[in-house]
Amino acid sequence: MPAVTVVAGCQSRPTGGIGNQEMTDAANTEADNAAGVDAPLQAMQEHLRQLVGGSLIESRVVQGQIVLEVAVAAIQQTLVALRDDQHAAFNQLSDLTAVDYPERPERFEMIYQLLSMKNNMRLRVCAAVGEGQAVPSMTAVYSAANWAEREVWDMFGIFFAGHPDLRRLLTDYGFEGHPLRKDFPLTGHVEVRYDDTQRRVVNEPVSLVQEFRDFDFLSPWEGMQAQIPGDEKAGKDG
Amino acid sequence: MGVIDPRQAAPIGPGPEQDAILKAVGDEITNRGFVIASADKLFNWARSGSLWPMTFGLACCAVEMMHSAASRYDMDRYGMLFRPSPRQSDVMIVAGTLTNKMAPALRRVYDQMPEPRWVLSMGSCANGGGYYHYSYAVVRGCDRIVPVDVYVPGCPPTAEALIYGLLQLQKKIRRTATIARG
Repeated sequence: MPAVTVVAGCQSRPTGGIGNQEMTDAANTEADNAAGVDAPLQAMQEHLRQLVGGSLIESRVVQGQIVLEVAVAAIQQTLVALRDDQHAAFNQLSDLTAVDYPERPERFEMIYQLLSMKNNMRLRVCAAVGEGQAVPSMTAVYSAANWAEREVWDMFGIFFAGHPDLRRLLTDYGFEGHPLRKDFPLTGHVEVRYDDTQRRVVNEPVSLVQEFRDFDFLSPWEGMQAQIPGDEKAGKDG
Repeated sequence: MGVIDPRQAAPIGPGPEQDAILKAVGDEITNRGFVIASADKLFNWARSGSLWPMTFGLACCAVEMMHSAASRYDMDRYGMLFRPSPRQSDVMIVAGTLTNKMAPALRRVYDQMPEPRWVLSMGSCANGGGYYHYSYAVVRGCDRIVPVDVYVPGCPPTAEALIYGLLQLQKKIRRTATIARG
């Protein structure tokens, strides 16, 4: 198996980020096919292509796992079909999460990780979601989606239409903001201390004694960006 | 405890001098049946010799706290007995990361402890935010919420370090006057 670095996302077109390591679809399937992806995986991929049908945007194999990309509007029928199919039988939702790619026009990407106990196979279903766009809730399809969607709502701000109880899960009770978005600062906006005069814990704007320092040990000078002469032939990740 | 020379307020190490003092006290008890001591010292001895901690194990430091109460570094031989209720405890060991969501609960538990009470901050996260100092959801040190008497550094502090911290707290209790004068 050739040593490749693959960002396990859905979209194969280059996003233009700095130091982008994503491989294109053709190269990836070439690499996998060259190494001999096993026949059951390919058979399942073909079966899923037919099962999902027209709403499938793309299907790939990434490091031994099938990845399907669909449109958000079709996500419900896709997951129901995957769950109820006799052969595929993806009856467990292992994880439901989202990723924020701010440089893309549709900023978020919903990820559903499915597990088929019958076939001992994992599957990833991805859907691109724009900011302010609502995603149909999967709670009726998989009950494991309930709290996972609450977490995604809390962390990213993606609204789930039809969710029975969509409220915050992890953040503090009066917390404002969605922390896992890329534009949310690491230290946040408020911090907490006890106020003796008010006899309760109060929120205050953040003031750090020492700022967050990034130690880049590859470069001898902190903050150095220019290429050292002699490094022209080195790889991008060298 | 040990023998302390009242004129210099310094402890007398083991040796013939200490033996003589201990023999004298022992003889008094045998002869008269009681020993005279000052009330301050008595209270301090009682308070430090029977410190009942309120466990506030929040994260990984709680496991090291369990280690210190287990058989190798037995806390019970110092008279420390873990109490689940704040109403019955003397010291609160804040062991672990204090998040913003937990802060009001910590303050409430501290307020429910009766006087005299002490707080021991265990681990890097409770001391100053620790590993998660720059996080949006972490209180940068439990001393922003409760007053702390002893800080035990470490990530996590070894069980031995926690015992050392508790012994330092005992020394602090002994040197603090208990009866308010005037």
